[in-house]
Amino acid sequence: MNSSLAWIDYSIIIIYFAFVLGIGFALKRYMKTSSDFLLSGRSIPAWVAGLAFISANLGAQEVIGMAASGAKYGLATAHFYWLGAIPAMAFVGIFMMPFYYGSRARSVPEYLRLRFDEKTRALNAISFALMTIMSSGISMYAMALLIENLHIFDAPIEALGLPKSWVFHLSILVSALITLGYVYLGGLTSAIYNEVLQFFLIVAGFFPLVWLGLQNVGGWQGLVAGAPEGFTQVWRGMTSAETSPFGVEVFGLAMGLGFVLSFAYWCTDFLVVQRAMAADSMSAARRTPLIAAFPKMIFPFLVIVPGIIAVALPTPTTDATAAAGEVVTEAQAMGRGIIPAKVNAAGEVQYDTDGKPVLDYDLAIPNMLIHYFPTGMLGLGLTALLASFMSGMAGNITAFNTVWTFDIYQAYIKPQASDKHYLWMGHFATFFGTAISIAAAYVAMSFNNIMDLLQLVFAFVNAPLLATFLLGMFWKRASAHGAFYGLLSGFGAAIIHHGLTLPKGATVGVKGGWIQVLEVYRTEMAQNFWAAIYAWTACFVVTIVVSLITKPHKDEELVGLVYSLTPHTVDEHPVWYKRPAALGVVVVAAAIALNVIFR
Amino acid sequence: MAIDIRAPIGLLFLILGGLLIVYGAATHFSNPSMYARSLGININIWWGLVMVGFGAGMYYYGARGARAKATTTE
Repeated sequence: MNSSLAWIDYSIIIIYFAFVLGIGFALKRYMKTSSDFLLSGRSIPAWVAGLAFISANLGAQEVIGMAASGAKYGLATAHFYWLGAIPAMAFVGIFMMPFYYGSRARSVPEYLRLRFDEKTRALNAISFALMTIMSSGISMYAMALLIENLHIFDAPIEALGLPKSWVFHLSILVSALITLGYVYLGGLTSAIYNEVLQFFLIVAGFFPLVWLGLQNVGGWQGLVAGAPEGFTQVWRGMTSAETSPFGVEVFGLAMGLGFVLSFAYWCTDFLVVQRAMAADSMSAARRTPLIAAFPKMIFPFLVIVPGIIAVALPTPTTDATAAAGEVVTEAQAMGRGIIPAKVNAAGEVQYDTDGKPVLDYDLAIPNMLIHYFPTGMLGLGLTALLASFMSGMAGNITAFNTVWTFDIYQAYIKPQASDKHYLWMGHFATFFGTAISIAAAYVAMSFNNIMDLLQLVFAFVNAPLLATFLLGMFWKRASAHGAFYGLLSGFGAAIIHHGLTLPKGATVGVKGGWIQVLEVYRTEMAQNFWAAIYAWTACFVVTIVVSLITKPHKDEELVGLVYSLTPHTVDEHPVWYKRPAALGVVVVAAAIALNVIFR
Repeated sequence: MAIDIRAPIGLLFLILGGLLIVYGAATHFSNPSMYARSLGININIWWGLVMVGFGAGMYYYGARGARAKATTTE
């Protein structure tokens, strides 16, 4: 493999760094109050908030993971977009944003305090703060590992007289420090503006990759012919758990992924909701997720299709991969694909129980970059990867510093301080949040199981929260005790489900089954979907039951927080595309059309 | 906020696109084997052109937007 970086590639990366920091510097003088720094002073135009909304979610894990999933399962991965994200984004914009934005809450946990009580907010604020900062660390680890595996920085690092392991350390340090720099300088506004810039860079880096790949395989028809059967269809085999690539039937897919997991993330996760709450008007806040839905719909072609191309492209010589481990996988032996075999830390190839090499799908995107991009474009492709990582990290950090400052520090540690003090705390939280993320990245490096465990915990926390918000916003009878004990029951149900089930082929332990194995799912994904369904249902039922036997809030306390007690916002804008409901209809219709076309 | 994000995005794309065009042109005849991996297409020049076009549009509207904003706030 002869991919090397030249001055042009380094220049592109350095110019990008200069721009993101420059935007931070340009915004520094506007950061006068804690609201400017942590909430953007509610001044962001709709289209900017909309692009930031998806960009903050488009971390390195998303880009790498979606391509990996595309290489493994094919276009079925698009369910995460066309069945999951899009309907959820339409729902949050049309139905939920009036309460988030209209309540004047500064964060999602603060909405819970206004609607329910202090203990529900504390539970959400603390679990969210922990989760956000840990996932930022995990994402950082994933990115650094990937850059290390690309081996393109080995030569320059050696030229500097440093051992090769420094590629990993420097990847983490440099990208974390630059992200810290621009968030510290310009707060949420800087994170959002940079997310828009990063959005365009990510598109600029991946679009030519897809274009070259499709040219290479002979267009879409060539891709259909070259990829494994059914890889270019979304709904193929989905009718039964036996034939579905995810190992889950239509109900589990629609309810688990389409409803619970997607709505829980897009409608309640402060990381994304924060972008809409920074918008400059109610109308802009409601349009934010709807504007975001348009590019989000096209993203499967940008992030999943490269993964499919990576298994379908003809490889007359297995240059790119064979050199690394000298193992030619089955697909490559037939002259297709550039997904390499997985090697462990000692450089040994990993084999599954059938004696076939285990494939390292996470390398789909990086190998595609190296395969198709010459020096020059390679720099741009790397910049796109860095941009995706940094936008995801900045999203985590800005959500963390706001929840920490307003929902933990101001709420429980120092309630009556001056705004200047909270502005200082916002800055300080940005700094120590980054430090904890870096520490979490190294923990993830040393204990791979901890990473699995954490991701599991995150799934437990989000799913029940959706039931709490739906009941809170649309049922005025839902009481504070109901919400709190409902949430706890939801976590409990997820944990018990995990203890009683196991994915096929896994050993009892972190993967589940530690109480007793009652059910074996075909895949880990099926187990996750069902855990979410049980967690949501438990929370939904317990919240209703407890609410009915406890004291409700008075109606006048809930104005602006609950659907039936809030004057309805009629958005009669003269142009249809500025009306949230009209936009929502277009978005959902387009998502249905995509599902039909690629069925 | 007094900055219009379209202007810096436009500028960044103009600079990066320009760099790619220059580099692509310089390597077009001196090192054509470099483009074997991109199917014989000089992707540096072509994509550089697209980026410059996009950057120019963004910069134009961004600068116009910033001027409009400056006059309304004064």
